Amino acid sequence: MANMDQSKIRNFCIVAHIDHGKSTLADRIIEKTGLLTSREMQAQVLDNMELERERGITIKAQTVRTIYKAKDGEEYILNLIDTPGHVDFNYEVSRSLAACDGAILVVDAAQGIEAQTLANVYLALDHNLEVFPVINKIDLPSAEPDRVKNEIEDVIGIEAQDAPLISAKNGIGIDEVLEAVVHKIPAPGGSPDNPLKALIFDSLYDSYKGVIVFCRVMEGRVAKGTSIQMMATGATADVVEVGYFGAGQFIPCEELSAGMVGYITASIKNVKDTAVGDTITDAKNPCAEPLPGYKKVNSMVYCGVYPADGAKYPDLRDALEKLQLNDASLRYEPETSIALGFGFRCGFLGLLHLEIIQERLEREYNLDLVTTAPGVIYKVHKTGGDVIELTNPTNLPDPSEIEYMEEPIVSAEIMVTTEFIGSIMELCQERRGRYLGMEYMEETRALLKYELPLNEIIYDFFDALKSRSRGYASFDYELKGYEQSELVKLDILINKEEVDALSFIVHKDSAYERGRKMCEKLKDEIPRHLFEIPIQAAIGGKVIARETVKAMRKDVLAKCYGGDITRKKKLLEKQKEGKKRMRQIGSVEIPQKAFMSVLKLDDK
Amino acid sequence: MIEEQKPKTLGIYIHIPFCVRKCLYCDFLSAPAQAGQMERYTAALVREIEEESTNYKDRRVVSVFLGGGTPSLLPAESITRILDMVHACFHVEEACEISMEVNPGTATLERLTAFRKGGGNRLSIGLQSAVDSELKALGRIHTRQDFFDTYELAVKLGFNNINIDLMSAIPGQTLESCANSLKSVTSLQPPPAHISSYSLIIEEGTPFYENTPDLPDEDCEREMYKNTGDFLLNCGYQQYEISNYALPGYQCLHNERYWMREDYVGFGIGAASLIDNVRFSNTKNIECYCNYYLQEKRGSKAERAPVEGIASASIKEAEQKLSVQEQMEEFMFLGLRMMQGVSCQAFARMFGASIDYMYPGIVDDFCKKGLLERQKEPETGEERIKLTRRGIDVSNVVMAQFLFT
Repeated sequence: MANMDQSKIRNFCIVAHIDHGKSTLADRIIEKTGLLTSREMQAQVLDNMELERERGITIKAQTVRTIYKAKDGEEYILNLIDTPGHVDFNYEVSRSLAACDGAILVVDAAQGIEAQTLANVYLALDHNLEVFPVINKIDLPSAEPDRVKNEIEDVIGIEAQDAPLISAKNGIGIDEVLEAVVHKIPAPGGSPDNPLKALIFDSLYDSYKGVIVFCRVMEGRVAKGTSIQMMATGATADVVEVGYFGAGQFIPCEELSAGMVGYITASIKNVKDTAVGDTITDAKNPCAEPLPGYKKVNSMVYCGVYPADGAKYPDLRDALEKLQLNDASLRYEPETSIALGFGFRCGFLGLLHLEIIQERLEREYNLDLVTTAPGVIYKVHKTGGDVIELTNPTNLPDPSEIEYMEEPIVSAEIMVTTEFIGSIMELCQERRGRYLGMEYMEETRALLKYELPLNEIIYDFFDALKSRSRGYASFDYELKGYEQSELVKLDILINKEEVDALSFIVHKDSAYERGRKMCEKLKDEIPRHLFEIPIQAAIGGKVIARETVKAMRKDVLAKCYGGDITRKKKLLEKQKEGKKRMRQIGSVEIPQKAFMSVLKLDDK
Repeated sequence: MIEEQKPKTLGIYIHIPFCVRKCLYCDFLSAPAQAGQMERYTAALVREIEEESTNYKDRRVVSVFLGGGTPSLLPAESITRILDMVHACFHVEEACEISMEVNPGTATLERLTAFRKGGGNRLSIGLQSAVDSELKALGRIHTRQDFFDTYELAVKLGFNNINIDLMSAIPGQTLESCANSLKSVTSLQPPPAHISSYSLIIEEGTPFYENTPDLPDEDCEREMYKNTGDFLLNCGYQQYEISNYALPGYQCLHNERYWMREDYVGFGIGAASLIDNVRFSNTKNIECYCNYYLQEKRGSKAERAPVEGIASASIKEAEQKLSVQEQMEEFMFLGLRMMQGVSCQAFARMFGASIDYMYPGIVDDFCKKGLLERQKEPETGEERIKLTRRGIDVSNVVMAQFLFT
């Protein structure tokens, strides 16, 4: 394989709106090119995280290499990089795109273009990728391939009349897609004889192999024994193994040369040495300039992540470090909370990203976590002229020191069928949205443009959008900038004690409502204790809402039967176990999920 | 004071799983009563009693309890066969308490007579409520009048140690109707020696769990509980356990063995045993149980073939040798169910360490919260720890703290 003709390599990815069939098409390509027999195929081969299969979404970009014998009789190496579709994971998408030369744009034949179709296709075009469309799900009764073709041409402006009409699910038209990959996507450039220049587009930590770096070789070659250097971090290492990606496995090979996509393992000691986006070069024969890399992503959403068991703090730190290697968009720094002890303030791309990270930490690293309510980054302008970027509400300075505050605003595009325009506009209004305009895509569909405060959409906006449009609205957003806003910090007092981990920042007009709902929610979440517990919401010491958890009247199991005490003991064990999952705040035990309860203050 | 004497004592529990119909709240092990099935089960049961008795030759049997299900559904001759087998195979003490659970409407003259002749000296009648509409709501098969008839019959036959089971927090029950049920029971002549009063608990897997009726709320239930205690105290009953009340000298010896962790062996399906700090129980599968004991070949246990559906060559399952810590846990959470509480000296004698050493701060903490109290008997100097009135209400919270895990 080492002497593979560079002109026979195709590096590409598939981009699509969520649920338009990206991963299914990837599976069919793998199956068709004979990497796996259909008997070996597990649905959605590339979604190999347990979590991805369960949710039916792609979280991590995945890469696989297959061999395709084209109709011209030649064999081609196809490096397929599957990418996530959700707006939260644009960063993953953009990293994958940098390793590709072309992209297949999958559009659902019934739904047509959706908000993330646009976002992803623009991302691909920004990376100078050759993009060609395919129309999927043509076997659906509601499929309208001609309409969708026209829509692609009108809205995106790329040629679509000869787009393959396929059904990835039923294996229709896959050959046509493969032929298009060979003929429409250019072979990679670069020369194996130039100094090594490879882009790190992903990495992960393997307990046997250590750090595994995923890279696209742009120039030169790398093999076992090559002494490499990371251009940004300066770290050097000797290559132990190079190889490419089989379906779900690493296959070692002799060398990787210009145009190839593969992995490198090396004597890399510190996971921090391999920053995604960095350029790898030959330490003995370095290239002149590093690759441009990617623009650094900014976290949009922050929350506190704490181990449920304080003693697991070092485990959490290790887990975050390893996870960051696999997900470069994750940010974290240590913090302490009076209520929760030692933990980390983590930054995420969005709420889904937050949920995914939380679940991965819990599953893959076997940690039990307490997370606090998510918030955004506020800019606090102090009277002295200093500006603080506030990620943790607890750190808000005294109101007397604050001149004014700013909150992040996003530009949002919502695509919706015309019958739901009214209810979606109403929703945006409730979320302090500023209407910018509306464009009709065609008679029955429109693109609504709004500016919305980010803190209004990070909680349950997506759910509300779906429920108010019966699932038809799609949504995409990007950060626009900061605007001055009347914000207050809402504190929660439980049994008269302020619980720092429950404080959050909210617009002053919504404060009363939020405070009231929060108290109600906590009243339901906190179990009855032996004494009465007041729950209060307060702004600057002034109580604005109150609920009470009544004292426990009764917790007694009267019946014990026939000398079978095991059931009784189990019940007591369960009770004690339940206590462990609580956080002790003063003399009150608070269930861990209560700290996330602000998330579920959903309006119906 | 219970002093370990030679030879060791034993309680025997015998499970009779048959019911005319399962009550809506019941999650105990029971099966529909069919004539052939009951005889087959009796045959297996006496076989088990006979075989197992060889393990207990050195024991004095001080209590026998026929529980269910509905033991009073068994044909008279089955009752006789079972009790005769117990007497034939075990050393049954003269003063042994021999109880049977009966349901009004099934306890015929013939069956009660057979029980009496077999040495039975205590009856436990499942009344639950003396209000017909409440009985109906629970899915009971009898009426208030059926109960009076059964009680009269029992007294006529010479039973003077009778327990009445009552229930609180029944759908539709009020404080008043609860008090009326109590009055109906305590004004019987002669009054029953023992009253158990349980509150209805909705258990998973019961019709009530699937389709929960409107129940009196927690506050009301606690008031019923308090009223029950006050009323019965007035009538001369002593509360000796969370849910049990007795005239002086009539505590249920068999039940006390459970709380005090004295050895007992269970016969019949699902029956639990505690022998020398090992807990085990029988299979719950009636078919496996009967097939196992009714095999053609009547050899020794060792020759018995395994039965389909049972992994081992025995119908005993879930055998658990209690660690010292588990024994301590049980000592505490079972002992605290009794109003006399647990004895600090007994704990120290048994485990070689004091309660406060094993559970540092826990007792004091609960004393401070008013859920436990310490009491010293001036004469013997014995120190006891027991639940307070408030402690009873939330006893699970207290008991859970005595688990080590």
